[in-house]
Amino acid sequence: MVITALKKSATGKFIGQPMERVEDETLLRGLARYADDFPVRADTLHAAMLRSPHAHAEIISIDATRALAHPGVSAVITGEDVLKLTDPFLNAVKAPMKLWSLAVGRVRYVGEALALVVADDRYIAEDAVDLIDVEYKLLQPVVDPLEAAKEDAFLIHPEAGSNVMSQRTFRYGDPETAFAEADHVVDLTIDFPRSSHTPIEGFVVCADYHSGDGIYDVLANFQGPFSVHPVMSRALRVTDTKLRLRTPGNSGGGFGVKVGIFPYIVLMCVASRLVRKPVKWVEDRYEHLAAATAAPNRVIRLEAAATKEGRVTAFRFDQTDDYGAHMRAPMPGPLYRMHGVMTGAYDIPNLAITNHLVMTNKCPSGMVRGFGGPQIYYAMERVMHRIAIELGLDPLEVIRKNLVPTEKMPFKAAAGAELDSGDYEKAVAIACRDGKLDEILRRRDQARKEGRIYGIGYAAVIEPTQSNMGYLSNILTKEERHARGQQNGATSMSTVNIDPFGGISVTSDTTPQGQGHATTLSQIVADQLGVDMKDIVCNLELDTQKDPWSIAAGSYSCRFSAGPAVATHLAAVAMREKLARIAAQRLNVPPDQIEFADGKIFAIDNPDNALSFNRTAGTAHWSPGLLPEGMDAGLSEQAVWSPPQLTPPDDDDRINTSLTYGFNFDFCGIEIDRDTAELRIDHYVTIHDGGTLLNPMIADGQLLGSYAHGIAEGLYEEFIYGDDGSFKSGTFADYLVPTAYEVPEPMIFHLESPTPLTPLGAKGLAEGNCMSTPVCLANAACDALGIENIKLPLTPEKLSEIMDPDEPPPPKGHSEPDAAPAGHGHALQGQGETTVPASPDEVWATLLDPEKLAGVIPGCHQLDLVAENSYRAEVSLGVGPVRGKFTAAVRLSDLDPPHSARLSGELVGPLGSSQGGGVVTLQAVEGDKTRVNYTYEVELSGKVAAVGGRMLEGATRMVIGQFFERLVAQVGGPVVSVPWWRRLLRMLGAGQ
Amino acid sequence: MKPKQFDYLRAETIDEAVAELAETGEDAKILAGGQSLMAMLNFRLAEPEVLVDIAGIAALSYIKDDGAMVEIGAATTQGELQAWDGLAGNLTLLHKAFPNIGHFQTRNRGTVCGSIAHADPSTELPLCLATLAGEVVLRSSRGVRKLSAAEFQQGMLTTARRPDEMVAAARYPKAVAGAGYAFREVARRRGDFAIVALAASASGDTIRLGIGGVADKPTVREWTSLADSDLDDALNAFAWDLGGYDDIHATSKYRRKLVRKLGRRVIEEAKSCQS
Repeated sequence: MVITALKKSATGKFIGQPMERVEDETLLRGLARYADDFPVRADTLHAAMLRSPHAHAEIISIDATRALAHPGVSAVITGEDVLKLTDPFLNAVKAPMKLWSLAVGRVRYVGEALALVVADDRYIAEDAVDLIDVEYKLLQPVVDPLEAAKEDAFLIHPEAGSNVMSQRTFRYGDPETAFAEADHVVDLTIDFPRSSHTPIEGFVVCADYHSGDGIYDVLANFQGPFSVHPVMSRALRVTDTKLRLRTPGNSGGGFGVKVGIFPYIVLMCVASRLVRKPVKWVEDRYEHLAAATAAPNRVIRLEAAATKEGRVTAFRFDQTDDYGAHMRAPMPGPLYRMHGVMTGAYDIPNLAITNHLVMTNKCPSGMVRGFGGPQIYYAMERVMHRIAIELGLDPLEVIRKNLVPTEKMPFKAAAGAELDSGDYEKAVAIACRDGKLDEILRRRDQARKEGRIYGIGYAAVIEPTQSNMGYLSNILTKEERHARGQQNGATSMSTVNIDPFGGISVTSDTTPQGQGHATTLSQIVADQLGVDMKDIVCNLELDTQKDPWSIAAGSYSCRFSAGPAVATHLAAVAMREKLARIAAQRLNVPPDQIEFADGKIFAIDNPDNALSFNRTAGTAHWSPGLLPEGMDAGLSEQAVWSPPQLTPPDDDDRINTSLTYGFNFDFCGIEIDRDTAELRIDHYVTIHDGGTLLNPMIADGQLLGSYAHGIAEGLYEEFIYGDDGSFKSGTFADYLVPTAYEVPEPMIFHLESPTPLTPLGAKGLAEGNCMSTPVCLANAACDALGIENIKLPLTPEKLSEIMDPDEPPPPKGHSEPDAAPAGHGHALQGQGETTVPASPDEVWATLLDPEKLAGVIPGCHQLDLVAENSYRAEVSLGVGPVRGKFTAAVRLSDLDPPHSARLSGELVGPLGSSQGGGVVTLQAVEGDKTRVNYTYEVELSGKVAAVGGRMLEGATRMVIGQFFERLVAQVGGPVVSVPWWRRLLRMLGAGQ
Repeated sequence: MKPKQFDYLRAETIDEAVAELAETGEDAKILAGGQSLMAMLNFRLAEPEVLVDIAGIAALSYIKDDGAMVEIGAATTQGELQAWDGLAGNLTLLHKAFPNIGHFQTRNRGTVCGSIAHADPSTELPLCLATLAGEVVLRSSRGVRKLSAAEFQQGMLTTARRPDEMVAAARYPKAVAGAGYAFREVARRRGDFAIVALAASASGDTIRLGIGGVADKPTVREWTSLADSDLDDALNAFAWDLGGYDDIHATSKYRRKLVRKLGRRVIEEAKSCQS
């Protein structure tokens, strides 16, 4: 079948044309049906989760009594239930650590679900979540991956004995000699931050356990790969056939993230089994940002050996990839998916790689568009830039000098990728010429002459398409691989059906999230069958019980154009051949003399000798007796596409990680405002060689989306964690997704070097800019500021700190700022002073008298002495309309009456938790007064830290200010009538 | 992300709204455009017992030019004010600030008075009110009182509004003939809460500079006959007085830098607009 397809070239009336997307009428008018829109049974219950406010804690107890008593609540499910009904999820590294769909025994990141409430509706479920009482024992949080990797690090999974779950070293060629003989070695360490690409629609699951036959029937916007399906069914202790998973035909964005839904699918299955009703859960934005997934942050030390002319002879990578709290399938993909192309677009024969896979107290990592590429190219292209700077060469020339020359195609890269086609040098030349590099260089000269800050960056990357499912095998040594058996390949399946009146329907193992798959598939099929695109219906819902089982199914790894599109093409070719044979018999010509066009099937030599397409199709249904001998009735052709090039790793650990490889090259000019340090993209050029463009308009749409995500990584988006593991990016006001304003239009160019490996010739191109744009911008910023290195995202504050590290001092006589700068992700710190109209003894007595102390603690309803100098209090705290109820544990220690004491405590409530402490010193001053000095340090975690970041410092200062304000009132001070803020400023030492 | 249960009153008249506030007090919240409040409800950061929706009160939907001031009723949306044909001539500073105020979508629902009542220290409408020394009209069943912007906004999300009062109107002084106005802000993305927002007016040799996003409320400084050579020192002192706070988007140090650098730029622009 493959051979036939290769004979019939895939160009036609529609393929290669910028056809309007058939989906858009439905999508743009809001008529599409998404997972949440599907009707559910009337008795469906709704779920909400209790999520950990702590980064790392032992769960001492979960008391659901109050939640269960809340009207409308059916069940509260905890780790104990999932422990009974499920097995831990399989993980690829086989490390002895266990992951269930709810935390068992320990929470390991802020946002980790530890209890599930099932109730009549989501509102009631969320009410009940607030009524679950949990006792935690806090454990040391481990946030930094390099710290986590140290031998004496606090363990996140004690049973694993280490936070490093896998470590492997690879060697290709002779890197030692290359480094020994190098004219110059560049050595750069980069720290790539944690981010994601956030779909508009979050996760949706509706699970229905059929107790009669033990089948879990699930609708979820899971995006694949369906290789994760067995991970779910094994956890549920059923065969794959008993976990029926259906995915909707529309999904509101995916970007890889929607594989991360799978633990929730299992959890809702457990819930449905326990309550004997369907259970539905729709993820909200806070849940998504805190707990869905993230691309791993990664520290890479990359050394490059180079000749003095800038020719690179070897790379040596040392990578520490941070997978967060758990290893979830298909991790550690980001570390291995790019393995074959760790030399990028360059002809570099020698390569050494060490990979460390590390756990920390952050959200578990997962698939995110770019999948390991942004991290690697950030190191690689920053190093290429450094080579040029350190050798006094032009960065563009260093890139050009090292590109794989077209005459070497197909080219086997050091680690095993088989670069199949492309003319990289030509692509770079086109981009520079048509993208007006000369003018940008002039603009930079001019800007610099005027004292403005302008820089130019370049980046060249290989974009892999259609992952080899065997790439993860390289986590294991060759001995382990031989012992366990190796995986490989990537299979795609599609079916073309024709009804009795000639209507054509197509199914395929893809899960579209807006990419326009139906359009492209319609183009492919319409070209083969000589019909109009509108005659074709694509049903891209998947159903694991009704569709052919396709292990690689889904939308990821730029799989579509070299996978499902090809399978569909093959199915359409088979259908065409069948119809040609039917028509040939009727038209009395040989089948190879039959042509299809304009809804007709006719003899090539005599177009009047024709049948209508519809009539011909009808024959197969209405009159099977008239079909050529031996032909099956009906019209349904299924094709399986499994390219042979995707083999397992060889014994030297070489692996062809993807089927085909595109190329893209970018350059940009940026300007940084001298005063505000805001970065403006002045000019951006990107050229792609993605093979044959099946639909140039869709290709450009994919490029623009990928470029926007690249800008997001480069300038805006980051999941920020505090040193205590608190999560600080829980809303879209904190996690900054760029909008159209922030994405200036790039100049896009294409070069089409078809891949010889598929009949369509197309490669993927939807991830390249996620890989190239962040580093292209960073190279430009480094060029602009003349600096060696920089960490993403390029925020104005970060750039400002580089440009102006010194701040003018306050004017003479001005008091120092009242609060020590807290910095990002650190505890809030402050200090202040107030004078109380009472003696130190009286103030001291107030602090030690429970009744009086109750009056001093802001918002305190009740205060109980639980031990000497140890209190438990119920408080409501907040600013303005923001109020939360908390339980506080307050302790007084280091007592030195009546001079000083340490106050410390914890707050816990539905809005989150806080730990803090401070020292109060009392000093008698004139007039029987006491000067109270205080310092404090407060850490906040949970929802309030994640969503209220902008307000936190101010709110904390305010609450602490209130404490001392009340102290004044309690010891009989005058009721001050000036506005509280002035009082607060005064207490904080300012505005005296 | 669902709010706790609350009662909802869609008030038809001002009397009905303030009667509810008189009865329920602190546990009632006014709902106008809902652009801040709804998010706070959904996060359960605020859990009022009653929401009094005033968006439908016709008597609160107006823009009135009373000679010295332009009064904007509490049901008037930001979008309506932005579209008012008297804006550029009468409220020149606001006209310049508007492109920074949220997004087209939020301006469509968000109200001018809602933003003022919410008292977020980084938002533009309270900053302009403070810089122009405008007023806030508060209504309760006990009567009406008028506060200056400086009296009204007291701190982060905190105002002088009493629990039984609602913000009924905001009064912005009209542009002074010959005076110049300028607005500038730095935000991470267009429409975001400002890291620092600056509003300036120059009238005769008097300069007023209002800063949002640095202290816990918009803060205004006025200088008369300030020599250009003294401006940097004046701005440095102002920056240190404001202090600033740290969040994940910017440090207090960066905020102070913007006060110094953009303070000069915005004052120069206001002066250049003087005629």
